[in-house]
Amino acid sequence: MMKSMENPIRDGNAVPASVFNSNSIIKTLIHHKVVLAGAVILLFMLVVAVFAPYLAPYNPDDQDLYQVLQGPSRQHLLGTDDVGRDLLSRVIFGSRVTLLMGAVSTFFSAIIGVFIGLVSGYKGGVIDMIVMRITDTFMCIPALVLILVMVSALGPGMHSVIISITVLSWTWFARIVRGQVMLVRELPYVEAARALGASGFRIMFRHLLPNVMAPVIITATIALGGNIMLESAVSFLGLGVQQPTPSWGNELRIGYSYLEIVPLFSLAPGLMITLTVLAFNFLGDGLRDALDPRLRSNSPMMR
Amino acid sequence: MLLAVRNLTTYFFNGQGTVKAVDDVSYELEEGQTMGIVGESGCGKTVSALSLLRLIPGPSGRIVRGEILFEGRDLLKLSQDEICSIRGNRIAMIFQEPMTSLNPVLTIGYQVMEPLLVHKGMNKKAGILKCIELLKSVQIPDAPSRVGAYPHQFSGGMGQRAMIAMGLSCNPRLIIADEPTTALDVTIQAELLEIMKGLTRDHGTAMIIITHNLGVVARYADKVMVMYAGKAIEKALTPDLYRRPRHPYTKGLMASIPRLDQDIRQKLRPIEGQPPDLANLPKGCAFAPRCAFCVERCRREPPALIKISENHEVACWNYA
Repeated sequence: MMKSMENPIRDGNAVPASVFNSNSIIKTLIHHKVVLAGAVILLFMLVVAVFAPYLAPYNPDDQDLYQVLQGPSRQHLLGTDDVGRDLLSRVIFGSRVTLLMGAVSTFFSAIIGVFIGLVSGYKGGVIDMIVMRITDTFMCIPALVLILVMVSALGPGMHSVIISITVLSWTWFARIVRGQVMLVRELPYVEAARALGASGFRIMFRHLLPNVMAPVIITATIALGGNIMLESAVSFLGLGVQQPTPSWGNELRIGYSYLEIVPLFSLAPGLMITLTVLAFNFLGDGLRDALDPRLRSNSPMMR
Repeated sequence: MLLAVRNLTTYFFNGQGTVKAVDDVSYELEEGQTMGIVGESGCGKTVSALSLLRLIPGPSGRIVRGEILFEGRDLLKLSQDEICSIRGNRIAMIFQEPMTSLNPVLTIGYQVMEPLLVHKGMNKKAGILKCIELLKSVQIPDAPSRVGAYPHQFSGGMGQRAMIAMGLSCNPRLIIADEPTTALDVTIQAELLEIMKGLTRDHGTAMIIITHNLGVVARYADKVMVMYAGKAIEKALTPDLYRRPRHPYTKGLMASIPRLDQDIRQKLRPIEGQPPDLANLPKGCAFAPRCAFCVERCRREPPALIKISENHEVACWNYA
């Protein structure tokens, strides 16, 4: 915990360490055991997803109708599903779909939300009021209901799930960014940027955006967990990715029918969902602590 | 004539009423001339400077009247794009607090070259070279290795040097320095003012120094405008003002600074009272409640600036 002691204050001016002091961020993260656990789990999931074809013992689509609904065995570590496909391979390949859809929808909602939040917070006034009422409206609608309506309108499948999750979750980013921008835009350096002739666009994207990135990263991490959960819920209801493509949500749904015969059929993908969402939340909490100097136990301000 | 400000009037409208931050202020500035605007906190110095670049924070603040002729064009009539192309390019501004006026997440190098990227269409490669040159000119040691530094790695004095480099980057015709040295140590103040004075002399840049430090004005300004409660109350060439201050307020300011040639047992004389509330000004002269020479007329009607010699104007009924 003595980390910033190693750097004696350099030029006689006690300036608080930057928010983006990467060295101390990494150290804080490592000190935080929960965060470390989250990061390790996610890293594992990522490796599994990327190297799925090499890790999976079988082709996830190969059926073996002589061996349906088997329990765990040496041949099939997690057993087989209702048409005799290897469960382990399907869970491994399912991670690809689930993580990809979570990541893509979070990415798009972050881009849309950050843009809208920046404009709304910077321009203020009527624009801000309209945008905030729209986000209020989106936040009032129960998430699952809106997604189900959108997916049934667009037709089930990967694209429509991504689109509808994006439509739903940009509001988180818009709100957070807008709040931060409202704080930052009154600071002297924004006025200084205006005084040097920077356009509104330039001020928003060059000067304000980097200053609001920390909360965006935190929100994105937590939103990723939430979006994976949403995606699984939609798949569980049969509106997500369609069979034979495996995803954790639709494995869970099919396995649910055979819960009494082969509990692992739904338990395995269910556990994966839980673990991933939990890991994202751990990581998000830890990142918030690490990126917010006020919450850092050894922050220079606390000494 | 580089700059002619005529009847500049900036008000802030809030729920309670109208704050007359700048009220009917006029002045002129020649190429290469340095003018000091002096006054105590809240007298409208900064707002008058921000008005020049139309940086009055809206929607409550507004320039109500007046014209600002800069290089023959009225800045108040320009479009948003046109005023943006003047800010930082033809007129640059240097702010009070270097540490809060620099963006903490951008490098010093980027911020110094930003006006060049915006106005001169320079690419980053050329910008960095120019930036190193600029940082050298404001005497930042080891400039090439400092372009990648972030503001928190700079001290206040270094930060203000970078701000000056930034202000000078596009070689503007006018620099507005809003209390450029208030946040710094006395020794660094003098050094920075020398650098600024030297660079503006070399480039023939005109300068407006806003300060409450009469010493700074005496040394660096060619002429001075004293402001009180949003109004210009005395305008003169610097030597005239220091030799013979006319307005009771200016006299009060002079008497309240210690002098080396004065008997040390003699006490400094502060100006009694507080500056008036700009939203609620007295009917007559704003200084009347604090003025030792106040006559009956002072409370009734506000005095206008009158010329008492070639280069000296004062707003006081005692000279009418």
